[in-house]
Amino acid sequence: MPNFDQTLNEILNLAAAYFKVPREKLAPDDDFFKTLGIDSLQTLDLLTRLEHHFRIELPDYELQGISDFRTLADRIQARL
Amino acid sequence: MRKPRGTSIGEGNHFALVDGMETFCGQALSWELKDGVVELALHREPNNELGSMALAEAEKFAASLEQVGEVAHALIIYSKLPSGFSAGADLRELYQRSQNVPPAQAVRIVRDQLERTHRVMNAIDASPLTTIAAVHGIVFGGGFELALVCDLIIADKTARFCFPELRLGLIPGWGGIPRLKRDLGNAVVRDLLLTGRSFNATKLQQAGLASQVVGEGEALRVARATAAQLGKFDHHTAATAKKFIKPIPYDELRREIDLFCELFTHPTVDAGLRKFVESTDAQPYLP
Repeated sequence: MPNFDQTLNEILNLAAAYFKVPREKLAPDDDFFKTLGIDSLQTLDLLTRLEHHFRIELPDYELQGISDFRTLADRIQARL
Repeated sequence: MRKPRGTSIGEGNHFALVDGMETFCGQALSWELKDGVVELALHREPNNELGSMALAEAEKFAASLEQVGEVAHALIIYSKLPSGFSAGADLRELYQRSQNVPPAQAVRIVRDQLERTHRVMNAIDASPLTTIAAVHGIVFGGGFELALVCDLIIADKTARFCFPELRLGLIPGWGGIPRLKRDLGNAVVRDLLLTGRSFNATKLQQAGLASQVVGEGEALRVARATAAQLGKFDHHTAATAKKFIKPIPYDELRREIDLFCELFTHPTVDAGLRKFVESTDAQPYLP
């Protein structure tokens, strides 16, 4: 099982690759809506990709109020 | 140009007959019949929100289905938009139509829309053709209900299914609950409906609703391959089997319309719709 830092790094890598943002421009505490320039539907797309990548189920209400990668990683880590 | 086989589908300026292939191209929907397979495409920007325009075109489509059944064996429904299959009912239109009219009139408008939509959904559900929803991206609310009328759901791995209606103070109104109850265990139905959370394609397949989960961008290709396979079977036998296997819960569908209209009069619905329509939040599709 990956540790928290590995999980966070994988999320940043996946987001950078899929939304075509240079990886070095993404930081753990960034607001991913702003940094990635995505809306709620694209966020659901990201959620789907994260679920497949980590082979977890993450109900979308778990994302309520979350906008930074670090908290997102925390939610995912709790389900690994 | 060859004389076309069968009966024409569609009417108006957008309708064309090209070398025996029958096509209709509207503003929200288009369809064509080729090699015994009808393909119904959704293409209303930005996310295939289904409103009065889509309904009017869908009614034309439904009216033609029985005639097309003589020359077709399968129907594929898919979206041409990258965002997904459909975001469901056009909530902005629903909200605007319910404003500035007395509550009783608003309910009458809603009931009329529901009755018309149910007739279309029921026609597809009961069609003798084997029907396939080829879906990707968002499959929400009314979009999910459209997929549910189909005999098979082929989902690409980006697909995400959700009934968010409770967030608006409503229940699904286009046959979602009766058809979920027909096809799934009640615990899964409760999970989908009462939490309003979305399922990915793998979860939907585990629940027993998605027939196949395929790679990104592959749903339509696989649906076409499936339709080609279905064409090898005797059409009458396939239609007879479908009628025997797939009951249509007409009584529950009627009850759903009544419940929806009853709930629509509650103030929570107006507040929920207003919140969605006027939202500048980055997350209107998240709970």
